[in-house]
Amino acid sequence: MKKLIALVLAVMMLVPAFALADDVIKIGVYEPASGDSGAGGKQETLGVQYANAKMPTVKIGDTEYKVELVIADNGSSTDKAPSAAQKLVSENVSVVLGSYGSGVSIAGSQYFKDANIPAIGLTCTNPQVTAGNTHYFRVCFLDPFQGTVLANYAYKELGATTVYCLGELGNDYDQGLINYFKQAFEALGGMAIVDSFPNNTADFTSYLSNAAGYNADVFFCPVSIAYSTQIIQQASSQGLEIAILGGDTLDTNVVVDAAKGTSVKVICTTFYQEGANAEFDEGFKAWLNENPDMMTNNGGNDMISAVSVMGYDGYVTALAALQAAGSINGADVMAALPSVEVDSVSGHIKFDENGDAIRTSAFVKTVNNETGAWEFVAEQTVE
Amino acid sequence: MNLKRSKKPMIITLALVAAVYIAVFIAEQQLPATSMLFTVLKKGAVYALVAVSMNLLNGFTGIFSLGQAGFMLVGAYVYGIFTIPVVQRAAVYQYFDGGVIQFTVPIIVAVIMAGLAAAFFAFLIGLPVLRLKSDYLAIATLGFAEIIRAIFQWNGLGPVTNGSNMLRAFPNFNDFNIKDTQGNVTVYLSTLIPFIMAGVCILLIVLLINSSYGRALKAIRDDEVAAEAMGINLAHHKRLAFCVSSFFAGVGGAMLAMYQTTVQAKSFTSAMTYEILLIVVIGGIGSVTGSVFSSFLFVACSEWWLRFLDEQQTIGDFQVPLLRNGFRLVVFSIIIMIVVLFFRRGIMGDKELPDLLSRRAGKKGRAVK
Amino acid sequence: MWDTVFPYLLSGISVGGQYALIAIGYTMVYGILRLINFAHGDVFMVAGIIMVYIAASGLPLWLCIPLVLLITVGVGFLIERVAYKPLRTAPRMSVMISAIGVSYTLQNLVLYITGGLNKQYPTIPWISDTMVIGPAKTKVVTVVTPFLVILLVVALVLLINRTKIGMAMRAVSKDFETSQLMGIKINNVISTTFIIGSFLAGVGSILFFTNYPTVIQTSGAMPGLKAFVAAVFGGIGSIPGAVIGAFIIGIMENIIKGLDVILFKAGLTSAPLGLATFSDAFSFALLIIILLVKPTGLFGEKVTDKV
Repeated sequence: MKKLIALVLAVMMLVPAFALADDVIKIGVYEPASGDSGAGGKQETLGVQYANAKMPTVKIGDTEYKVELVIADNGSSTDKAPSAAQKLVSENVSVVLGSYGSGVSIAGSQYFKDANIPAIGLTCTNPQVTAGNTHYFRVCFLDPFQGTVLANYAYKELGATTVYCLGELGNDYDQGLINYFKQAFEALGGMAIVDSFPNNTADFTSYLSNAAGYNADVFFCPVSIAYSTQIIQQASSQGLEIAILGGDTLDTNVVVDAAKGTSVKVICTTFYQEGANAEFDEGFKAWLNENPDMMTNNGGNDMISAVSVMGYDGYVTALAALQAAGSINGADVMAALPSVEVDSVSGHIKFDENGDAIRTSAFVKTVNNETGAWEFVAEQTVE
Repeated sequence: MNLKRSKKPMIITLALVAAVYIAVFIAEQQLPATSMLFTVLKKGAVYALVAVSMNLLNGFTGIFSLGQAGFMLVGAYVYGIFTIPVVQRAAVYQYFDGGVIQFTVPIIVAVIMAGLAAAFFAFLIGLPVLRLKSDYLAIATLGFAEIIRAIFQWNGLGPVTNGSNMLRAFPNFNDFNIKDTQGNVTVYLSTLIPFIMAGVCILLIVLLINSSYGRALKAIRDDEVAAEAMGINLAHHKRLAFCVSSFFAGVGGAMLAMYQTTVQAKSFTSAMTYEILLIVVIGGIGSVTGSVFSSFLFVACSEWWLRFLDEQQTIGDFQVPLLRNGFRLVVFSIIIMIVVLFFRRGIMGDKELPDLLSRRAGKKGRAVK
Repeated sequence: MWDTVFPYLLSGISVGGQYALIAIGYTMVYGILRLINFAHGDVFMVAGIIMVYIAASGLPLWLCIPLVLLITVGVGFLIERVAYKPLRTAPRMSVMISAIGVSYTLQNLVLYITGGLNKQYPTIPWISDTMVIGPAKTKVVTVVTPFLVILLVVALVLLINRTKIGMAMRAVSKDFETSQLMGIKINNVISTTFIIGSFLAGVGSILFFTNYPTVIQTSGAMPGLKAFVAAVFGGIGSIPGAVIGAFIIGIMENIIKGLDVILFKAGLTSAPLGLATFSDAFSFALLIIILLVKPTGLFGEKVTDKV
């Protein structure tokens, strides 16, 4: 009997399951909804969802297509990434957006490549995501650039000579950015000490003691939201006096909430400064306030995270590519993407030969510990 | 195993297995390569091998080891390290100047090396650990898996292991497809090859289980003291089982690397071992066919059939409550608890497919008389 | 030198105390059932999550804490009744698998409820305040923890040595079957053990998450395993052993995190070696060494296998 059941189930496995209506176009959203990067992934997805709510259809040739988002949770981990990527591939999406976190983007890359589906990275800043392939594009800046901006800022503006860098073991984003930061910072004449913590660490007190032990002037921790909030809170109770510096992952309301009411100075580089595009800001906030679920996914308030903006811009880019391709076939979209140019919320997007958006500036922000809001510090460019 | 078993059930089993392989081959040529079916089949094949290798220890030798993820990690890394094309090494080992290893070996050699490396680690670990008893052994092997993970993540070994960063760009299952000069696939083999690899390995394990060594292992499982009194060298046999099991876990790790296309030490956690252990339990501790069946079932449920539980569904106007991200895993764990508590023997108990077939044949035979 | 090492010692003592409270649960359950209760670390995590949700509901904190402890105790009791009691006569391996299953279930349940996101632990007044001690600044809870642990351990030892139920516990852990024959209600004793274990895990979770205020479904896994290692290290079944083991592991773990700095400052190394990578693995190395050198742990009783 049990064998029979097993056989029946085995037969079920052979039944392929997909049906495609003619006037629907599917865009895959390959983002973490759980794990260390879950909070960031959800905010990035919100940007895409908002864009989809605003632009639910796209006209390709003479046909008006309804855009359907297929969301797959890659669990912030490279071992769950394959099945999430496969899910999108098996749903025949035309283009994939994502992911938050460079590691999972690289882990899913091969699946999209094999299925001839182009992917547009939204905030995965590690150069390895697009290097050496023709199917992965990205709308944000890269880590060598961001690392240099941060190093310049630490050295010139904060006057640091020793920086303590802390990243998560096995997180390609952390390790990559720290590596580029270290290169740039040591080229300037400073000293960068690199340390790593195993994943699922909750106790950062000893790492904070390490920073003090090395007499560091800046604590550089471009880590996931999950860890950065804990580091800030523990820094506060240990009375850390030096500034905490981070990359684009720190630009989120969760970090602001953690730093509010403390004396910890938090500085980060990011893609977008709230207020730069009033129309988008208002629209997005109104949309969040209408949807309580979305508000929860945004961390409980309507502060705009730069990753949401990048999600929005990625969606706009994807639609432009679909229109340029004049087809919903992944391979055609891939062929059309390199020449796509759009003007969107975060600025002008145009791809270089690697498929990376050409970006020459990043925003530097700091948390106002009293009001609990981001304050604009500078717009940094690197030649 | 009874000695006078008729050959008929064995033949039927072999025919069934052959039919499965043919079906896989045909399905792969006919169905679109993007179907979720192939994901399930590939991952299922990998897990089947790993589960059977774990069963060899836990089910057939009575050694309750929880180190499987550690040995898979060793296998996956060894495979990755020795097969990443030299031109790609500068990109993969970007923080370590391209790494120290600047050659590749053929895939099949790398897979065997993966197994041997895992077996070697097992040999070293086995020296102290196998002296321990049941749950102490479990926790010690679990600990060793964590230690292995930390060692592979250590930056000091970066030029070889790439530190904690991922290994990628090595040959994966899709590279087994035969392509014409334009790069279009003519014959799909990306699912059949893992099936063949897992099949050969499982066959070897079955042969071992049915050999005199295998009988000795079962004797150890049933009663260590009695087995020793019968003249079985406990230490020797346990070490053998531990190394063999780890060898195949290492091969399974290499296959997992091929399936995932990237490898990172971070993901080989004790949760992975627990998952494999639960597969073994669902299949039936002490049944190779059970482990194989339950691997495919487990993977299909978790990756495919139960996925709908993670998404909001509406039937007519009725919005089904509770469904959202994560519900699949809740349902899944409840199913597992039910199996663990009420169907402790799992799908197959300690029976194999030929046993079931011969029982049926036996019944028929009696009916004729 | 002292100024360099002191902060790590402080972190170590604090986290060690929290491990100790979890370790007691492991050691008591193992002492009686010979079961590694893999789900114990997750009970600790569940206590944290319950606190998050109860505090979010707006109840005053002085009510939240007893409520959380009560519910945690209930969870521990329920787990034993549902997942372990039906397997009383089954092989030990089945029970351990059931424990792994419970751990898997609890983690997935919390993943589902929280949506996979970190939850912010509420700030408990006074113990969350910052204080200066020697050359370091820390939370009050860091200093409170070791004293509270000692207090609870003394109470527990008194309970075990002076009360009737304590005597029953000792009898059951000495010989399961015989004590059953002597008329001890085994199930009550086991339930009491789980209740005490869960209570202490609940207290531990309040202290732990006050120090490291985010809770996620995997929060309990590592502290749980380390607490188990501590229990084995101290000698399974021995409560003072578990506590001492936990403090040693907590301190060593933090020293390893800071070893790069200490070596650097002492002038022994010129660049960091990345030794913090081994902060988790170290506990397991310690476990294996103790198992090989002194399998009964520091204070464990000699157990002879009967044939």
